[in-house]
Amino acid sequence: MPANKFNGYTDYGIGIGLRIPHYDHILGRKPTVDWFEIISENFMVDGGRPLEVLDRILAQYRVVQHGVAMYFGAADGPNKEHLRRLKALTKRTKTPWLSDHLCWGSVDGTYSHDLLPMPYTVAAAKQTAANIRRVRDYLEIPIAVENVSSYTEFHVSEMTEWEFLTEVVERADCGILLDVNNIYVSAQNHGFNPYDYIDHIPHHRVAQMHIAGHTKFEKYILDTHDHPVLDPVWKLYAHATKLCGVTATLLEWDDKIPSFDEVHDEALKANEYIAQARAAQIPAPREAVRPRAR
Amino acid sequence: MWRVVSRPLTDDSRMQRRWTDGRPTSAVAAQIAKPNDRLTSFERLEIYNRMYWFRVLDSLYDDCPGLRAVLGDKKFIRLAEAYLVKYPSASFTLRNLPGRLAKFIRQEPRYTKPHTALCHDLARFEWARVEVFDTASNPVFTANDLLDVPAARQGKLKLALQPYLQLLRLEYPVDDFILAVKQREAELLRGDASNAPTELRRRKDRKTRLPSRGRTHVAVHRLDGKIYFKRLEPEAFRILTALRAGKTLEQALVTGIPRAKKSHADWAARVQGWFRNWMELGWLCRR
Repeated sequence: MPANKFNGYTDYGIGIGLRIPHYDHILGRKPTVDWFEIISENFMVDGGRPLEVLDRILAQYRVVQHGVAMYFGAADGPNKEHLRRLKALTKRTKTPWLSDHLCWGSVDGTYSHDLLPMPYTVAAAKQTAANIRRVRDYLEIPIAVENVSSYTEFHVSEMTEWEFLTEVVERADCGILLDVNNIYVSAQNHGFNPYDYIDHIPHHRVAQMHIAGHTKFEKYILDTHDHPVLDPVWKLYAHATKLCGVTATLLEWDDKIPSFDEVHDEALKANEYIAQARAAQIPAPREAVRPRAR
Repeated sequence: MWRVVSRPLTDDSRMQRRWTDGRPTSAVAAQIAKPNDRLTSFERLEIYNRMYWFRVLDSLYDDCPGLRAVLGDKKFIRLAEAYLVKYPSASFTLRNLPGRLAKFIRQEPRYTKPHTALCHDLARFEWARVEVFDTASNPVFTANDLLDVPAARQGKLKLALQPYLQLLRLEYPVDDFILAVKQREAELLRGDASNAPTELRRRKDRKTRLPSRGRTHVAVHRLDGKIYFKRLEPEAFRILTALRAGKTLEQALVTGIPRAKKSHADWAARVQGWFRNWMELGWLCRR
């Protein structure tokens, strides 16, 4: 699904995150990169150095906005000031779609700066879908929600994570930013089969994919974004690409960031799997009629 | 769950064993989270509790090198934790985390004594750097703009300052102190990368000398995307502060320059020099 209504009918190829340690390299050498993903919140300022750099990047590259603090799952709904700043930034970047996480993370105006997992209930799915619709209506661009990695499960959950994701995106009629590394991390932490997850989501809604590295501890795996992508994640990515089609793909590397070339080379490894998917000539996924939870 | 996640950690950075009402926290955790074959409910929520505190404390740690140098890591972490309990993040970005730290230091001097005044100055100074970095700029005021104003009205001219420009009146010369701290950190980094048994190694244990009290006026500003600080003479500081308050050029000069000094022959030249420099730095902007 290279182009669909959830990614603004674009075909963006392989991108990497725009990170400060690479600014000089990018601005000085202008390397060829399909696109950059920016963290929206880093640029939702009135001016200054962040926007000066961003404008120089925008003059050369395609940019897609990815948020970390919209908190679609928040019970009190999207913050109006946040939305106002976000909209101003979308006008600047002309991002064809905008993504943020299927999570919560703020309570009564206090921010955790974390992506906290949601209880997988119908009530939470309804509230989250309503929030996503409000954000999309205000921003007037397609929205894709990203599955997060998690380390706990709640007693109150009524369904699996992939059922919850499906429930939310169907109710909101929005896209999915499928983070295959997060699926792998959560699968290891909670003991489910990651292939079941990918097999059961609505593939036609996948607007973008994320790949990243993680860290294994004795009893759990942490989503650290400080390593190259591990083999099991590449295998999941290959599987997802066969089911969802060749989709805009982004490598996240946010800590212990190596040179620009090392990060970009790691991202470009996705080409191997994209070639396999193209060679397989699998038809584009279609919308399936699904029963909806009440 | 938020109360569990945001509750301070123990001294050894673990989740507290007792809940606020005296129950075992494990009992509270068991009501919220499922255990699995490797982790208890307590341990699963503890991952989030630790991640929250590590993230916000790391962020403040990076943003406050001066405060750290004065207090040392242990006292700094104690201050940061108490601050974040009273003033948790109210912004979508971690960059704004130190925004109320100076206020907290004044409210709760026990965390910084006997260096509370110095720490207060440092918190203001370090926050000013964040503000300079992120705040918008306006079109600069040029000599041509001045030519548009009739000579008779130039005294009534109201000049604006760039919104990003931060003017600080401090009790300590923390600008020099911050430079010394940064230089020391850079030396330590270089020292870590080298096996050479130089004097640098011995210097590792030495703290940067704390500054003596001394009224200091500093402008924190931005030029070509980089942050700089510039010492100001008290009179120059008063003129800039008056301009920022919306005073006319004439009023600002009257406010800035004490009456007794106005007879100095070189005074006009000094003021001209200041304004020339401020215009070169782009501090003056159109209203």
